[in-house]
Amino acid sequence: MRLRDRQRESQIIQTRLVWTLVFVVIVLGALVSRMIWLQWVQHDRFQALADQNRVQTQPIAPPRGVLVDRHGRILADNQPDFSLVVIPEQVRDLDAALNGLRELISIDDDQIERFHTQLKQRRRAWEAIPLRSRLTMEEIALIAEARHEWPGVRIEAEAIRHYPHGDLFSHVIGYVNRINAEDIAAMDEATLANYSGTNFYGRAGIERQYEKRLHGKVGYRKVETNARGRVQQVLEEIPPVPGDEVRLNLDLDVQRAAWDALGSRRGAVIAIDPRDGGVLAFVSRPGFDPNLFVTGISLPDYAAYRDDPDRPLFNRALQGQYPPGSTIKSMMGLAALEAGVTDWQRTIRDPGYFNLPGTTRVFRDWKRGGHGVVNLHTAVVESCDTYFYDAGLKMGIDHIANFLSHFGLGKATGIDIQGEMTGILPSREWKQRARKSAWFHGDTVNTSIGQGYMLTTPLQLAQTMVVSARRGKQITPRVAMNTQPPQPKNHLVLKNPDNWQRMEAALADVLHGQRGTARAAGRGAAYRIAGKSGTAQVFSLASDVEYKKLDVAERLRDHALFVAFAPVDNPAIAVAVLVENGESGGSTAGPVARAVMDAWLLDGKGDLRDLSKPRLQPDKGATP
Amino acid sequence: MSSRDYLRQLPSHQRGPSNRDLAFRLHIDAPLLAGLLSIMAYGMFILYSAGGEDINLLMRQGMRFLVGFTAMFVLAQFPPRTFRFWTPLLYGIGLIMLILVLLVGIEAKGAQRWLYIPGFGRFQPSELMKIAVPALAAWFFRDRPLPPSFRDVAIALAIVIVPALLIGKQPDLGTALLIVISGLVILFMAGLSWRIIGAAVAFVAVAAPLMYFNFMHDYQRRRVDTFLNPEADPLGAGWNIIQSKTAIGSGGIDGKGWLNGTQSRLDFLPESSTDFIFAVLAEELGLLGILLLFALYLFVIGRCLWISYHAQDLFSRLLGAGLAITFFIYVLVNVGMVSGLLPVVGVPLPLISYGGTSIVTLLASFGILMSIHTHRSLMG
Repeated sequence: MRLRDRQRESQIIQTRLVWTLVFVVIVLGALVSRMIWLQWVQHDRFQALADQNRVQTQPIAPPRGVLVDRHGRILADNQPDFSLVVIPEQVRDLDAALNGLRELISIDDDQIERFHTQLKQRRRAWEAIPLRSRLTMEEIALIAEARHEWPGVRIEAEAIRHYPHGDLFSHVIGYVNRINAEDIAAMDEATLANYSGTNFYGRAGIERQYEKRLHGKVGYRKVETNARGRVQQVLEEIPPVPGDEVRLNLDLDVQRAAWDALGSRRGAVIAIDPRDGGVLAFVSRPGFDPNLFVTGISLPDYAAYRDDPDRPLFNRALQGQYPPGSTIKSMMGLAALEAGVTDWQRTIRDPGYFNLPGTTRVFRDWKRGGHGVVNLHTAVVESCDTYFYDAGLKMGIDHIANFLSHFGLGKATGIDIQGEMTGILPSREWKQRARKSAWFHGDTVNTSIGQGYMLTTPLQLAQTMVVSARRGKQITPRVAMNTQPPQPKNHLVLKNPDNWQRMEAALADVLHGQRGTARAAGRGAAYRIAGKSGTAQVFSLASDVEYKKLDVAERLRDHALFVAFAPVDNPAIAVAVLVENGESGGSTAGPVARAVMDAWLLDGKGDLRDLSKPRLQPDKGATP
Repeated sequence: MSSRDYLRQLPSHQRGPSNRDLAFRLHIDAPLLAGLLSIMAYGMFILYSAGGEDINLLMRQGMRFLVGFTAMFVLAQFPPRTFRFWTPLLYGIGLIMLILVLLVGIEAKGAQRWLYIPGFGRFQPSELMKIAVPALAAWFFRDRPLPPSFRDVAIALAIVIVPALLIGKQPDLGTALLIVISGLVILFMAGLSWRIIGAAVAFVAVAAPLMYFNFMHDYQRRRVDTFLNPEADPLGAGWNIIQSKTAIGSGGIDGKGWLNGTQSRLDFLPESSTDFIFAVLAEELGLLGILLLFALYLFVIGRCLWISYHAQDLFSRLLGAGLAITFFIYVLVNVGMVSGLLPVVGVPLPLISYGGTSIVTLLASFGILMSIHTHRSLMG
C-alpha cells in the first residue's frame, strides 16, 4: 500500500515537473516574442527614440549687431556676463540649496520667483535654469569656493548687451531684455526657429525698431549628449550669422553737448540734419540706465525709477505733448501771408491786449503795455502776440490747420522709433470729434499763438524747423543710417517763394537783432541762426490775472521752448529744445540749442566747418 | 563486463556514489556547473560594458561569485537529509529574524530590510527565507499523502504566507513575491488539483484591483500606474521603463555592438549595471545575444528540473523543483520588468546583475541541488 502510494506520488511529481518545463518554455517563448516585438517590429521607432535621446540639436544664438554712431563709435555692444545656474536634477534639496545660496550671495525674492516659473516651463530634464546674473568677481569666487557643497550649481558665461554710455542714449536706443512668453507667442514659425537660441529681445527704441537686422540668423550644433546634458562630441555645426552692425545718424558729441547743456533740468533736445533727415541728437532728461534692464531690473531699482517725480522712464522727446507757444509764429506768419490777410509792410498798433471783435473778451499780450506799432518782421522778432491774434482771426482756423499740417504737426513724423505721439493740430473737425463742440473764434485766437488745444512733441517741433529750413520740402527723420523710409509728398509751395527768405531773416533777428527775444543765445555765434523762442503754459491763468513768476511753484512754471536751424543760408542742423518749467524760451532753452548747434557746426578751432564733409574724419576718434 | 564497465554504460543518474568521476566525488554536477559558469562569464562580459569598463567593479563581482561558489561547494557536501533535518530550525530562525527586522532593523532607501548581527555584520533575513520557505514546504510534504488534502494545502500556504507578509511589510514586494511563488511551486509539484489552481487564478484576477485600491503603499501604487502608463510622467517615474524599452528596441537583431550601446553608455538607462543590465545586453548584442542568454538559462533550469525528476525522496524533489523555479521566476520578473511587461520591482537578473546578496543565495541553492544529485544511493 505504502509502496504503491510512493509510486503514484512520484508519478504526480514527475508529471508536474514536465508541466513545469512546459511552462518554462512557454514563458521563455513569450519573452522572446516580446523581444522580437521590440527589437524587430518596433526597431525603427526605438532607434529613432534612442537617437533623439543621444543627438541634440542645439541652437547657437547669433551675436547681436553692434550699434555705432555716425562716426563708428560704439553705442551698444555685447559683453560676457557670468550667471549662476542650477540643474535641479543634481540638487538633492532644492529649497535648502536656494536658501544656502541666498546666504552666500544676494538673490531677491523676485529672482527666486522667476526661477520657479522657469523650472515649471522647462522643456527637458537636466536643463540649467538661471538663478542670478551679473555676478561680481567676488561672488564668483564665493561660489567657486563653496561649489562642493552645492552640487548642481554652476556658473555660466553668456554674452549680454552692454550700453557703454549708460543713460545718455537711453530714450533713443532703448534696451533689450529677456525674451518672454509674449514675444514668443507673437512669432511665426520661421521667426521662432530663428530665436531658438536667443535670450534677449529689443524692448524699446532703436533696439526694438531694428530687432530683425540686429538679431542675425541662428546657427545649429548637432551634439551627442549624455543623459545629464553633458556634450560628448560635436557631430555637425552650422555657425550663426551675426546680426548687422547698425550705424546711426546720431553723433556722440552732439548728443553729449545736448545732454550736458540741459544739465540737471528736465527736458528734451532733438537735433536733425535737414539735408538728409538724419537725427543727430535725441535727448530726454532724466534718462535711465538701460544696463539695469538687460538681465531684468530689480524691484527696488524699478520702483526708484517709477516713483521718481522727474519721471526718468518718460520719453519727453517722443511722447511728451506740450503747447508749442510762440515757436510756431514763423509758420503762422507764412500762413497769414499765404492767405493774403497781411504783408510785410502792414502794421498794427498793439496796446498790450487784443479785444475779440463783437465781445468783451480780452486776450493779453505777454508784454504789458504792448509792442506799439509792429509789422510782421517785428512781430516775429519780438514775439508780439497781438499781431498774431489779429492775423489768426483774419485767416481762420481752416486755413491755419491746413497750412500747419505741411510742417508735420498733428501727425507722426514717421521717425524710426515706436510709440511716437502725434500731438494735436486743432481744427473744426477735430474739435467736433474730440470735444463734441463747435469751434469758436476765441479758439482760433488761442491757436494763433500756439496755445489752447494745440499740442506738439519736441520731435514735431524739430521737424517744423526741418521743413522750414528745407523751405517746405518734407523729409522723414531717421535715427538709423542707410534706411529708405517712405517720404511724404505734400510739400509746401508758397505763392511767393521770397517769403521763405524774408521769414528766415526775421527768425535770424530773433537771435542776432537788437530786440530779438533770444539775443543771448545768438551772441558770438560764428554762423547765423534762425530761431524762435516760446513758452508753454503749464496751467492757464484767467486772462486778467497777472503772471507773477515768484508766486508760482517750480513745477507749475511755464515750459521753455526754443526751435532753430542754422546756418541760415545753408541749413545743416535743425533743433528743438524743451526745458520743463524753464520759463523763458529765449534765455533758458535758447543757449541749449546754441550749444548743440556749436557741437555740430564748428570745427576744433571754433570756426564754421566745411559742411560738405563729415564732421570727423572716418575712423578718427572711432574709439569712444 | 567489469563492474566498472557496467557502471559506465548505466545512465549517469543510476551510477550512484561508486562513480569515480572526480566531479562526482566532489559532489559537483558538472553540466550544471558548466551552465552556471557560462552564464556568469557572459554576465561579466556584459557588466564590463554596463559598468563603464570598470575593472574594479568586475573584481568585486568576481569576489561575490567566489563566496557564492564556496557556499555552493560546502552545501553540496552535505546529503539532503541534513538539510531536511535542519530545515524547521532554519525556518524558525528566519522567521524570528524577520520579526526582529521590523522592530530593530536598519533602514535604507525607505525600507527596513537589514539586521545588524554583532561580529557578523549586516544581514538580510529575507535572503535566507528564499531557501528556507520552499525547504519547509517541501519538508512539510515529505511524509504527507499526495495529492495533498485541503488541510495540508492550508498549512503549506501558511508556511509561505507568514514570512511573505513580514517581508512585504519591510516593504520589499519583489522578494515577497519570489517567496510566495517558490512556495506555490512546491504546492503545484505536490499535486495541487487543477481546479484549485484555476480558482486561485480567478481569485487573484478579482483581488488585484482591490489590493491596488485598499492595501498598497503609495509608492507601490505609483509603480503600478507607471507600469500601466509610463508616458504619463516621462521625466519622472516613467523614465526608467521608457529608456529601457528604447534601449532594447534600438538594439535590433544583432545589436549596436559590445561597448557601443548609446542608451547605457550615455547614462540614459538607469541602474544599467544592476536591475536594468538586461537592457544593456539587448542594446549591445541584440536579439541574438538575448537568445544566447535564454538558451543558457533554459539549460540550467532544465538541468535542475532533470535533477529533481531523478531525485530519490519527496523532500529533495520538491525542494529541487522549488529552487529551480525560483531561479526561473527571477529571470521572468526581471526581463518582464525591463521590457515593460511587468511593473518595476527590484529583482536582479540572476547571476548577471551586479551586486546583491542574491548571488550567494542563488549559488547556495544550486549547491543544494548538486547535493540532491550527488548523494543518491544506487538503485537496483
